[in-house]
Amino acid sequence: MFEIPDDRKYLESHEWTTTESDTARIGISDFAQDELGDVVFVELPEEGDELSAGDEFGVIESIKAVSDLYAPISGTVTAVNEDLFDAPELVNDDPYGDGWMFEIEPSDADEFDSLLSPEEYREQTE
Amino acid sequence: MNFDQARFSRDDVYEPLLSEKDSTTVEVDSEGVLPDDLTRDELTLPGLSEPQLARHYTRLSQMNYSVELGPYPLGSCTMKYNPSFTEDVAADPNAAVHPDRSDRTIQGTLGLLHGLQEHLADIGGMDAVTLQPPAGAAGEFTGILVAKAYHESRNDDRSEIIIPSSAHGTNFASAAMAGYDVVELPSDDDGRVDMEALDAAISEETAALMLTNPNTLGLFERDIIEIAEMVHGAGGLLYYDGANLNALLGRARPGDMGFDIMHYNVHKTFATPHGGGGPGAGPVGVVEDLTEFLPSPMVRETASGYEQYEPESSIGKVHGFTGNWLVLVKAYAYIARLGDSGLADSSAKAVLNANYLASQVDLEVPYGPFHHEFAATAGDRDAADVAKRMLDYGVHPPTTKWPELVSQAMLTEPTEVEDKASLDDLAHAFNAAYADADEVLESAPSKTSARRIDQVSAARDPRLSWQALEQDE
Repeated sequence: MFEIPDDRKYLESHEWTTTESDTARIGISDFAQDELGDVVFVELPEEGDELSAGDEFGVIESIKAVSDLYAPISGTVTAVNEDLFDAPELVNDDPYGDGWMFEIEPSDADEFDSLLSPEEYREQTE
Repeated sequence: MNFDQARFSRDDVYEPLLSEKDSTTVEVDSEGVLPDDLTRDELTLPGLSEPQLARHYTRLSQMNYSVELGPYPLGSCTMKYNPSFTEDVAADPNAAVHPDRSDRTIQGTLGLLHGLQEHLADIGGMDAVTLQPPAGAAGEFTGILVAKAYHESRNDDRSEIIIPSSAHGTNFASAAMAGYDVVELPSDDDGRVDMEALDAAISEETAALMLTNPNTLGLFERDIIEIAEMVHGAGGLLYYDGANLNALLGRARPGDMGFDIMHYNVHKTFATPHGGGGPGAGPVGVVEDLTEFLPSPMVRETASGYEQYEPESSIGKVHGFTGNWLVLVKAYAYIARLGDSGLADSSAKAVLNANYLASQVDLEVPYGPFHHEFAATAGDRDAADVAKRMLDYGVHPPTTKWPELVSQAMLTEPTEVEDKASLDDLAHAFNAAYADADEVLESAPSKTSARRIDQVSAARDPRLSWQALEQDE
């Protein structure tokens, strides 16, 4: 059973986002990190980048696979978790905490409504 | 095959320790040979006897696995045996020619280069060939630069290159390095180019479509004539990735299929050594309209002999001189020795061997009919674990987990080199490893000189030099 916190929204492609209208934090789910296995490299956007919902924002590489990462919502990147560059294993150890990827200032808070709820995402992973 | 690889302790084989053994300082009188600031009078050498040195390197070689020891069926990499006669030719003192000598004093060298240009053009159905690019990927990049120069010469500003998702990663990199946006093309249910998706992807922005044929699943693109018409109809060019030319050699030519530009991987198709960081060669052929853009220098034959020249609108140099000469000599020797019938025979055997091997393995092969390579699937087993276990049966495993179109792919290309007995050894290794218990697979290999590699640490904390390794210990 994978952890799926109730305080955020999800994408079918396994990214999560918190839902604050000023600054939302984004990462990948517990299910995703388990599927990927040991993460060895993460490529992230840069501060100031403009993203649209569905854009590829980066790449995650594990021993098993390389996957693209998709932005759950549109907005401007305000912070990037640089700890991941030296310690990509944080994504495995704490996907919802220290393994976060970047923060974004949402340009359209309504976009949160179209994302999967924790219940819907749980159904998808079962 | 009962296999147990030699293992020696690190004290016996680690090279830097050699210099610490009984070093000897020799003194020499260098007076007057060169200016004093360029010479020294003594040199410290490892005090080793010849047998000590011979044993050191023989132990290292016994801990290694190579195509000279057994099959090496890396799909798409085409690990062929390098015939020793080509080494003899390259080692001939007459082959040691300084590239800066004047044309009239190196007519033999230029004649050979010209002959290779002609042979490769014939084999590919191209009108002219440059031998300069130093590797297959460098050939791709060169070919795309030629395509770009062609479009620019017509004041035709195009921004996109279309590449199937199953293509080699170098295609995407070559297109991006040349400044193009990459449009990725999905495969259809048969594992080939999705014609509807291609139709939607082609536009006035299409500079080129890069194709590998047969593709990386070993499948021939049956619609190639229609594909060529679609690309040309939009004003684009068709690029042939020569990685799998091995399957068509002497039977079908990219030029006849409508390709405008192609590269040749001489290490795959013509059995020169894989570059492996050393010198390689990736010649590029083009059709008539593109010849003026080829890199400089080319070699041509005139009434007074062979000469080097710069094509009219050349993209310039992509490597020094005429390319990596001694590799090109080996490719020439291989082509000359096999001749037309020998080259056609090698592609027949490459395809026969792949199909025989596939018929003997228990793993499912989801896509076909295939030519010189096939992508088997390890199903619910981990392809990398099966591959590591295959090492214990005395063979090199195939390429794993690629192309991604096949889940847990084991992309297998035995090449024309193997005989039936060695194909049977390979099939046994496949089937036995595939049937072994999970815990055996997860701890494999258990009979090789190097055991399970810690890939996580290697990726997260790479130590890429001897000094870095020593610092950590």
